[in-house]
Amino acid sequence: MRADRPMRLLAGAIFALLLAACASVPLEDKPPAPPADASAAAGTKPADPKADPRAVASVDATPRALDPLADPASPLAKRSIFFDFDSFVVKPEYQPVVEAHGKFLVANPGRKVTIEGHADERGSREYNLALGQKRADAVKSRLRLLGVAEGQIETVSFGEEKPMALGSNEEAWAQNRRADLNYR
Amino acid sequence: MLKALAHALVLMAALLGLSPATAQLRVEITGVGSNQFPVAVANFRRDGEIPQPVDEIIRANLQRSGLFRLIDAGSAPLSETSAVSLPEFKGRGADALVVGSVARLADGRYDLRFRLYDTVKQTQLDALSYVSSAAELRLNAHRISDRIFEKLTGERGVFATRIAYVAQLARDRFELHIADADGAGAQPALRSREPIMSPAWSADGSRLAYVSFETGKPVVYVHTIATGERRVLANFRGSNSAPAWAPDGRRLAVVLTRDGLSQIYSIGADGSDLQRLTRSAGIDTEPVFSPDGRFIYFTSDRGGGPQIYRMNADGSNVVRVTFNGDYNVSPRISPDGRLLAYVGRRGGRFQVHTLDLATNQELALTDTALDESPSFAPNGRMLLYATEVGRRGILASVSTDGRVRARLSGPSGDVREPTWGPFLQ
Repeated sequence: MRADRPMRLLAGAIFALLLAACASVPLEDKPPAPPADASAAAGTKPADPKADPRAVASVDATPRALDPLADPASPLAKRSIFFDFDSFVVKPEYQPVVEAHGKFLVANPGRKVTIEGHADERGSREYNLALGQKRADAVKSRLRLLGVAEGQIETVSFGEEKPMALGSNEEAWAQNRRADLNYR
Repeated sequence: MLKALAHALVLMAALLGLSPATAQLRVEITGVGSNQFPVAVANFRRDGEIPQPVDEIIRANLQRSGLFRLIDAGSAPLSETSAVSLPEFKGRGADALVVGSVARLADGRYDLRFRLYDTVKQTQLDALSYVSSAAELRLNAHRISDRIFEKLTGERGVFATRIAYVAQLARDRFELHIADADGAGAQPALRSREPIMSPAWSADGSRLAYVSFETGKPVVYVHTIATGERRVLANFRGSNSAPAWAPDGRRLAVVLTRDGLSQIYSIGADGSDLQRLTRSAGIDTEPVFSPDGRFIYFTSDRGGGPQIYRMNADGSNVVRVTFNGDYNVSPRISPDGRLLAYVGRRGGRFQVHTLDLATNQELALTDTALDESPSFAPNGRMLLYATEVGRRGILASVSTDGRVRARLSGPSGDVREPTWGPFLQ
């Protein structure tokens, strides 16, 4: 009886070690990620203040030219889809914009987008809130058809509460009947 | 004469109560009733420094209702104890005379008294005294206005009720205001950098439910006005909006997108026991209970464009109610349940209409083109609504016969989403 207790403890300890080893396996299997480019790695490396008190660590904050979202020439630069009055139908002329964003999101499953629906000032604020939601959802369903994952898209409506253009004319109203794609 | 009156710009006593801290509304009367009751309201006798022009408030109230024609009572004050010659006032054309006094008491309170005479029958119709703090003087002037209104028209007055509305003072400055029914004494109940929408009074007038975007998306809150205490009522995935109180105050109807498109749900006033009421393939929104609580009227685009429908409060037995035009939204039911008010688009203009639910007679009430959010006065005689004049959002009121019209606008910014509170408890 007396010898049994340490044996049990030992067995428990071995089991715990095994568990810990198992849990660490995938991490050890993974090779360390190579730096994207040498200068970025040098810039982010914390400098040892004792080595040289006059050292300057440079950080480059300019957007990487490779990010297509930041390229004004890319079709992805278009982030708004406009609608007719009391309509949530995505018109054919906006299909290329939707497709460009669909392809980008499928190729970059880590990227997430919020689609914001808006409406013009006419009629009911609550109905316009619902209409803005329907517009955002219409763009979302197009993106889903292109293979974008559900988890990458969030929709929200601001109804007529956040107009892009101020003014009571068709030009202003047309600008406010829209869905905006905002990348996070 | 009527036309001259109709176009006369009337600066209300409201302006005199203007405080620098809050933006007060200005009232302009743009239409009057066809049969106006001639009444003279004398200047009240003042004893001490009186902070509110009570006689002017009473005159302004009666005039704004559109049902009275004010007869000049002369500049000399007449109190409830003054000896007045009723035949003389009858001779001037007044069928009724109001006299009174305000006195500052030794304890700092105010004694407000009034007397209402019938100059035709040469009798007293009413007399009363209110002792109150300075803060309540304006309310008591409204109470006296209500008594005069009721004695002379046979209907309950709404001058002592309150309204709530949303003011946008800058691109990122939104406030939910509570003001007297004449637009005076506005106080912000909520300030936010994000939009506020759809305030709705509980039947007892103690709480407001509304939609606030302060967290970046529409969420429904319930706000106790006297304490400022507020709770989240509905914050589900997607959008939460369009709160409407059941008459018993125990449940609300709300609109959620948690299951897809905007649909109507019922929820306990404490946020418990969510039940889905509509299951349509379109937008269902803007629920509002009938005064008896049996029905919910709402806006739906299930038939194509938005129209107004009615269902039982449990969501069963849906019937379409509006058939004129291709865009009818924002239903409200009169306190007697007989009239449906809504915004209808006719020929590109969005105007407040009423539909007599017994005869199906539709009436266009306004001369404006971008009307929103109609709301019945608790006596059912007037509708308050939001519209746009000169690129600014203003509030306007119109009598249910379409004759009496007034506009309320702030000194700057937009005002909108008005909702008329219940009778004072």
